[in-house]
Amino acid sequence: MRTLDQTTSEILDLAAAHFKVPRAQLSPGDDFYRKLKIDSLQALELLTRLENHFGIELPDYEVQGVSDFRTLADRIQARL
Amino acid sequence: MNEFTGKTLSWKLSGGIVEVELHYAPCNEIGIAMLDELELLVKALPQIESQASALILYSSRKEGFSAGGDLRELYRLSAATEGQARLDGMRAFIHRVHHVANTLDASPLTTIAAVHGICFGGGFELALTCDIIVADKMARFAFPELRLGIIPGFGGIPRLRRDVGNAVVRDLLFTGRSIGAAKAQAVGLVSQVAAEGESLRLARTTAAQVLKYDRHTSAVCKKFAKPIPLEDLRRETELFCDLFARPAVMEALRKFVDSTDAHPYLP
Repeated sequence: MRTLDQTTSEILDLAAAHFKVPRAQLSPGDDFYRKLKIDSLQALELLTRLENHFGIELPDYEVQGVSDFRTLADRIQARL
Repeated sequence: MNEFTGKTLSWKLSGGIVEVELHYAPCNEIGIAMLDELELLVKALPQIESQASALILYSSRKEGFSAGGDLRELYRLSAATEGQARLDGMRAFIHRVHHVANTLDASPLTTIAAVHGICFGGGFELALTCDIIVADKMARFAFPELRLGIIPGFGGIPRLRRDVGNAVVRDLLFTGRSIGAAKAQAVGLVSQVAAEGESLRLARTTAAQVLKYDRHTSAVCKKFAKPIPLEDLRRETELFCDLFARPAVMEALRKFVDSTDAHPYLP
């Protein structure tokens, strides 16, 4: 069972790798829309990558209004 | 017409397989331009069907298979008319879409939708006319229509209900949420999941397999295995038009059109 910190770290790794942002520039409290420079379509892509990576379902409505990595990790953690 | 290149889509028949490519920016929104060319396709189908066994429907747009109905065009055209004229215009458009969808659905060809990226609303409904859906692992399917105060109007509910359990249909409709390819496969909607960017290749190998069988036998089997829910489709049109007549729908469309988000796709 992953800890919340591990889940957060994996999200940051995945986001950095896919959206080509240096990992060291990403922190759990960052607004991922601004930090990754993504729009809602790319946010949907991130959601899909996270679902595939963690092997979970993450309904869109659970992440609506969520913009920071830490809260996103918390929503994912609840489904692991 | 075995080959066609249009503004929104193209097709080419080769080796018993006709490949239909959707390529209308930004993400194959289905409005009048797309519908005009889909009508050209179904008009050409009888000639194609005499030479082919399979049809592959795919998108070359990076964003996905199709974002669905062209809501901006819908709002613009609807705002230019009022009352019964607006409703008559909508009904005529829906009837044209249904003619295309029903013709594709009933084609004796074995039809395969190769889906990647977003497959929402009307795009999802177009994919549902196909016999087999293959999807890459980044594909997402959704019916976000209820957020606009309407239901899917291109035949989505009867066709989805034909293919998956009603609980899944209600989940997708009532929440508007999108589901990924893995979930779509788990509920029986998607037959095979491909690696990212490989859905067309997978569709081609599937079509090659289809080609090994006798065309007539496949067509007879399809007619029996995949009946078209015509009565439910008619009922859906009536419900859609009743809902579309409400002022709240125009207001919801206006909000969508006024959205500053470049891709307001999230349900």
